[in-house]
Amino acid sequence: MRHTRQWIVVLFVLAMIASACSSGGSSTTTTEAVATTEAQTTTTEAQTTTTEAQTTTTALDCTVANLNLVTPGQLTVATGEPAFPPWVGTVDGEGFDDPTSKLGFEAALVYDIAEQLGFSDDQVIWTRVGFNEAIAPGPKDWDFDIQQYSITADREEVVDFSEPYYTTHQALVVFPDSPYANATSVDDLKDAILGAQVGTTSLDFIEEVIQPNTAPFVYDENVDLEAAMNAGQIDGLVVDLPTAYYVTAVQVEGSIIAGEFTTMSANPDNYGILFAKGNPLVPCVNQAIDTLKANGTLQDLEDTFLTQGGAIPQISG
Amino acid sequence: MTEPTTVGSGGPVNPGPPPRRREEGARAALIAFFSTLIFFGLVIWAVLTSPAWPRVQQQFFNPQRFAASFPAILHGFWLDIKMFLVAEVVILTLSLAIAMIRALRGPAFFPLRVLAVTFIDIFRGIPVILLILLLGFGVPALQLPGLPRNALFWGLTALIISYSAYTAEVYRAGIESVHESQRMSARALGLTQGQALRYVIVPQAIRNVIPALLNGFVSLQKDVALVLVLGIREAVREADIYAAKTFNYTGYIGATVLFLVVSIPAARFTDWYTERDRRRRQAVSV
Repeated sequence: MRHTRQWIVVLFVLAMIASACSSGGSSTTTTEAVATTEAQTTTTEAQTTTTEAQTTTTALDCTVANLNLVTPGQLTVATGEPAFPPWVGTVDGEGFDDPTSKLGFEAALVYDIAEQLGFSDDQVIWTRVGFNEAIAPGPKDWDFDIQQYSITADREEVVDFSEPYYTTHQALVVFPDSPYANATSVDDLKDAILGAQVGTTSLDFIEEVIQPNTAPFVYDENVDLEAAMNAGQIDGLVVDLPTAYYVTAVQVEGSIIAGEFTTMSANPDNYGILFAKGNPLVPCVNQAIDTLKANGTLQDLEDTFLTQGGAIPQISG
Repeated sequence: MTEPTTVGSGGPVNPGPPPRRREEGARAALIAFFSTLIFFGLVIWAVLTSPAWPRVQQQFFNPQRFAASFPAILHGFWLDIKMFLVAEVVILTLSLAIAMIRALRGPAFFPLRVLAVTFIDIFRGIPVILLILLLGFGVPALQLPGLPRNALFWGLTALIISYSAYTAEVYRAGIESVHESQRMSARALGLTQGQALRYVIVPQAIRNVIPALLNGFVSLQKDVALVLVLGIREAVREADIYAAKTFNYTGYIGATVLFLVVSIPAARFTDWYTERDRRRRQAVSV
C-alpha cells in the first residue's frame, strides 16, 4: 500500500510536468502564422484565372496596416541585454545599451528598415530577450530579434532569418605579452586555451578551424569572456572583428587584436535578423534590406560603426 | 520490501493480517492501478494531441539530435561525477570540523565558535552561483602570487565552501540531538571535552543525520553543474552548446536523463537506508 501511494505521487508529479509543458506550447503564434501563409498561397492559386488578382497578391504588400505585427501599428524589436557596441552604441561609449539613440550598427539599421516599411521612429518599440528565450518554441512578444545571429541551416529548421545584413571575420583578442600575440597562422594557436561565447560562430571557428589541444571554454555572455580573460583563465578569446574592436577598446583593458582570421569557418559568418518560424514579415524586411544594400545605406552604416582605422594583422588558416 | 514481509519481521506482536484487511488491500491496489492508468493516459493523450506537440517533439525529443549530442554530454557528465566525488569528500570532512568547533563548550573556545558561526552565516547566506562567480572570476583577477587561477579549482572551492556551511548545520543538528546525559556521562568517566565529542557524541550524531547527509549528496550531485558559468565544459554546458548551435533542445533531455540515472538510485538508497535504520532502532527499543 505504502509503495502504491508513493508511485501515485510520482506519477502525479510527472503528469503535472507534462501538462504544464503542453499548455505552455499549445496554440503558438508561429503555427498560426504558418497557417495564414498557407491560406494566402492557396488563395493565390485559386485566383490565377484573373491576371489582375494575381499581380496584387504576388506583389508584396508591405504597408504598415497589412503587416503581421505583434502590436498593430508598432514594430516591436528585440535585442540582447545589455546590447554591446558597436552593434548598439558606439565604441566611444555613446548611446551604450540604448538602441533608441540610433547609434550603433544594428540600432541604426533597425530604424532604416523601419523607415523603409513606413514606420516613424516613435513606432519602433524595443524590448529585450535572452539568447535561449528568443529561440524557444512558443509565442513571441516581438516582431523580430536582432543580436548578431549567425545564419545556419540547423537554425533555419526552427526559426526564420532575414537576408544577411553583415558578413564578418573572426578575430583573436589577447594581451600583448601573450605568446600568441604574434600568431600568424592557426597552427600557432594549437596550445592556446581559448574562450568563446555559446552559440556563436566564433566557437564553431575554434573547434572546426583552429582545433586547439584544449577544448575551448564556453561562456553564456560576452562579459563572462572578459572576466575569464582578466582572471587569466584563458589565453585569448575569439569574437567577430567589430566586437573585437569594442572588447579591446573598453572591456578588457590593455588587450589587443592579435589578428583577423582570413579563413572562414564551415558556417559563413552571415548575420541575419531572427523571426519566429513562418512569420510573413520576412519578405518585407528582406525587401527593405535589399533597398538599403542597393542605395548604399548599409555600406555607410558599416563605415560609420564597424570599420576602425589601422591595419589589423592577418592570421591564415 | 513488500508489505507482508515488513509486517512479518515486525515480530511477535502481529501474527499476520486478518483476511478481510488483505481483501481491502487488493481492492485498493486495483483502484489505484486503474485510476493511475486513466489519469496518466488522459495526460499523455492531452500532450500528444496538442497542436504544438509536433514542434515540441522536433525540438525536444528528436532521436537523431539525441544521438548527435549525447557523446559530448556524456563526456561532460563524467567531469560532473568527478567534481562531485572530490567535493563530497572535502565537504564531509570540513563541515564536521566546523560543527565540532561550534559544539565546543567553555569560554576559552569563544573565538573559534565565533569563527565557525560567521563562516556558516556568511556562506550559507550567499547563493551558490554568486559564490562561484565571485571566487571563479574575482579571486584570480586579483593576480595574487601563489594563488591558482584555474576555473575548475575555484568553482569547486565555491561549491565546497557553500555546501560545508550547510552540512555543518546538519551535523550540528545531529550533535544537539544526542542527549545531554551522554556528554555528562562521558565527562564523568574522565573523558576530556574533545574526547567526549570524538568518541561519544559524534558517532551517535552522525548516525542520526545520515539520511540528511545523503539528501545533501543528491543535491550536490546536481549543483556541480553550476560551475558551467565559469566556462567549464560539463554536461549541462555541452547540452547548452548544442542547443545554441542548432536551436534544438534535445541535448537538454540527454543531460536530464544522465542526472536522473544517478540521482534516482541515490534517492531510493536514502529511503531504503532510513527505513532500515528506523526498523533496527525499533527492534532495539522492543
